[in-house]
Amino acid sequence: MFKAFLIKYAEIGVKGKNRYLFEDALAAQIKYALKKCEGEFLVHKTQGRIYVDALTEFDFDETTARLQKVFGISGICPVVYVEDEGFEKLCSDVIAYLDNVYPDKNKTFKVQARRARKNYPKDSMTINRDMGEAILDAYPSMHVDVHEPDILLNIEVREKIYIYSETIPGPGGMPVGTGGKAMLLLSGGIDSPVAGYMIAKRGVKLDAVYFHAPPYTSERAKQKVIDLARIVSGYTGPIYLHIINFTDIQLYIYEKCPHEELTIIMRRYMMRIAERIAKETDCLGLVTGESIGQVASQTMHSLMATNEVCELPVYRPLIGFDKQEIVQVSEKIETYETSILPFEDCCTIFVAKHPVTKPNVKVIRRHEENLSDKIGELVEEALGTKELVICTESGAEVKKNT
Amino acid sequence: MEVYLDNSATTRAFPEVAELMTKIMCEDYGNASSMHLKGVQAENHIKYAKETLAGLMKVNEKEIIFTSGGTESDNLALIGCAMANYRTGKHLITTQIEHPAILQPMHYLEDQGFEVTYLPVDKAGRISLEDLRKAIRPDTILVSIMHTNNEIGAVEPIAEAGRLIHGMNPGILFHVDAIQGFGKFRIYPKRMGIDLLSVSGHKIHGPKGVGFLYIRDGVKIHNIIYGGGQQKNLRSGTENVAGVAGLAKAAEMLYAHLEEDTKKLYGLKEYFIAGLGKVDDIRINGPAGTDGAPHIISISVRGIRSEVLLHALEDKGIYVSAGSACAARKPHASATLKAIHLDKEFTDSTIRFSMSVFTTREEIDYTLRTMYDMIPMLRRYTRR
Repeated sequence: MFKAFLIKYAEIGVKGKNRYLFEDALAAQIKYALKKCEGEFLVHKTQGRIYVDALTEFDFDETTARLQKVFGISGICPVVYVEDEGFEKLCSDVIAYLDNVYPDKNKTFKVQARRARKNYPKDSMTINRDMGEAILDAYPSMHVDVHEPDILLNIEVREKIYIYSETIPGPGGMPVGTGGKAMLLLSGGIDSPVAGYMIAKRGVKLDAVYFHAPPYTSERAKQKVIDLARIVSGYTGPIYLHIINFTDIQLYIYEKCPHEELTIIMRRYMMRIAERIAKETDCLGLVTGESIGQVASQTMHSLMATNEVCELPVYRPLIGFDKQEIVQVSEKIETYETSILPFEDCCTIFVAKHPVTKPNVKVIRRHEENLSDKIGELVEEALGTKELVICTESGAEVKKNT
Repeated sequence: MEVYLDNSATTRAFPEVAELMTKIMCEDYGNASSMHLKGVQAENHIKYAKETLAGLMKVNEKEIIFTSGGTESDNLALIGCAMANYRTGKHLITTQIEHPAILQPMHYLEDQGFEVTYLPVDKAGRISLEDLRKAIRPDTILVSIMHTNNEIGAVEPIAEAGRLIHGMNPGILFHVDAIQGFGKFRIYPKRMGIDLLSVSGHKIHGPKGVGFLYIRDGVKIHNIIYGGGQQKNLRSGTENVAGVAGLAKAAEMLYAHLEEDTKKLYGLKEYFIAGLGKVDDIRINGPAGTDGAPHIISISVRGIRSEVLLHALEDKGIYVSAGSACAARKPHASATLKAIHLDKEFTDSTIRFSMSVFTTREEIDYTLRTMYDMIPMLRRYTRR
C-alpha cells in the first residue's frame, strides 16, 4: 500500500544559510542506509522536505528499520499516493486507507490538507471540510477533534495526491558527517559503544581504537570489539577500527610502577597513543565511555590524571549517566548482548586489588619517569603493530599494518 | 609450526572421509527414503555404514541408530529410556563427572519427577564399584557412566560396572557415553554388558553433525523427535547419508590399526609428562600411564591462568583447551575438576592437551620447548 516515506527532521530545520548542507548530508545518509534494502528508492528534496519514493516492490519493515537508524531523522511517515481522478475518487481512496490502517474505528481525527498545486479546484479549507464529512458518513463511530486528534490525516495535493497519518519515530540528532570526525576508545565493554553512538548522533563521524593485549586478552575479545564496531556502524556508517598491541607497554608499566597506579598510567598511555592516531587521521577529538565514579579510574581525580596527557578535547558523553541508563541505551542500540560476552577477564590479572581512587597527578608523573628508559621506543613499537579493520554492517575488512 | 592438541574438542577429518563425503553429496545425493535408484544408492551407503560399525563392535546392524551427534545420542538414550520405563521405577544413576550432554538431560528428568544419584569419583576421576552397588535400588531403571572423561582422561571400569549392574538386576539399562573412548579402545557392548552406547563422528576424524546410538535389541526406548518415521521411528528426519558414511569410514580406518595407535599415544603421553616434569609446580590431573586415556593430558600450572597460557601457546601455533572446550565458555569451574577436589588455584590454571593419530614426537618436543621458555616469563607477571 505505502509507496513512499516523508522524512521529518527536527534540528536541521532551525539551521540558517547552511541548512542545505545538512539536508544534503541527510539525503546522502538515507541513500547509504537504503543501499542494502531490497528494492530501489529515489531520495529527493521537494519544497523543503525529503521524500523517499519506492520505485519497486520493497519490504516495509526492513526499510523503516533502516531509516530508524539514520541520525537526523525525527520521524518517518509512510505515504500512500494516488492519482488525481477527481474529489469523489480521492474520498473513496482516503476511506479505504483509513480502513486499512485503523481497523478499530473508535478514534477521533482531523483532516489537514495542503494544496501545493494551486490549480486544484478545492482549496485546503474546503478539502478539510468535505473530506471530514465523507469520513464521518463512512464511519459513524469516528469523531472529529481538531485539537488533539488520535489520527492527524494529512492530504497533500501535488502532481499526485499524498495521504499519510502515521509517524514512526526516528533516532533524532544530526546527519553523520556534518560534525567532523572523532576517535572513539573502544574497549568491548558496555559503555564505549554507547558513547560512540551518542557522539555520532550529533553528526560526528567515528574512527575507533582498541588496545589488544595478547596473550592476556584473547582473539575472541578482539573479535567482540570488531562485532561491536559493526553494530555501531549501522548508525554511523563505516568505522575505521585501529587495533594496537599494548602488551609490552602494559608489562613494562607493571614492572616499573606502583601496582595501585597501574590502571591510571596505562590509561594515560592509551590516551597518548589514541591521540597520536587521532591526529594522523584528522580527528578533532577523543571519545570515551567514562562516567564519573563508576570505577576507580573514573573518579574526578583519575579523570583529571588521564585527561592531562591530551591536547585534543576528550568527549565523555556518558559522564553523568548511571550504569542503568547506559545499559538502557546499549539495549536500544543492540550492543548490550555482545558487550556482556565474557571474553575479557584474562586482563584482570593486572588490576590491583585496591587501585588508587584519588591519584595525585604530580606523583603519577614522577612514577612515569621510571619508564623513561624504554617507553618512547615501546610506544613507537606499539604504533607499528597497528592493524586497521574497516567495520561495516555487512562485514569487517582487515588491512594489516597501515 | 602449527600443533593441534585439542583433539578432545574436535579432530581433523581423514582425507578419505572428506573424499567419500564429497562423492556422496555430489553424486549419490538421493534421499534414502526415495523409491527410485538414487534413493537405493543412498540407502546402500547407510546400510554399509551400519554393517561396518556393527562389525567393529560385534553387534547386530539393526541395533544402530544414527543421530546428529554425541549430544543427541545421549539425550535419546536418557530421555527415551526414562520415558519408556518410568512405570518400572523412577530412579537413575550417573556420575558427577559426566559431560553436560548427560548432566543436563538428567536435570531435565529430575524436573519431570525422576530421582538421580550422582556417583562421586576419586582423585583420579574413577568411580568406586562399591558406591555403585550401594546406589542401586529396586526402582533403579538406568545407569549412565561415561567410558572416558573428556577433561582429565579418566577411564571408568565399564565392564565391571556392567557385570555388577546386571548381576543385581538384569532389567536395569546400562548406558555408556563413549564419545571420548570410541576409537581409542575396542568397545564390545555385548561382552561388557552395555545396553546403550553413544558415539560422535567428529571426535574420531569423521564429520561434525553425526553420531550414533547403539541400542541393544529388546531395550524399551521412546523416540524424542517426531516426524517422518525414519530409522524405525526412533529418529525421524532424512538420514544424513554423507555424514553417516563418513563416520563409518573414519571408524573403520581407526580400527585398522587401533592397538598400534593407542600404544603410540601412550608413548607420547609418557614422554610429554616426563618432559613437563622439568617445570616446577605443575600438577598432572587424572590418571597417569595406561590407567587413563591415551590421548588426554590435563595439567595445572600454578600461578598462570588457563586462558593466559592458552593464548600464549596459541600465539606460538599450539592449540589447546582451557579445562574442557565445552566448559570453557562458562566462567564457573567445571564439574569434573570440582569432583576430583582440585584446589581453586589449580582449577583456574588447568589446561588440557589432547592428541590424535596425527600427533608427532616433533610436535610434542616443540610444545615442551615453548613451555619451558614461556612459563617462567608468564609467572613473572602474576597478580600481586
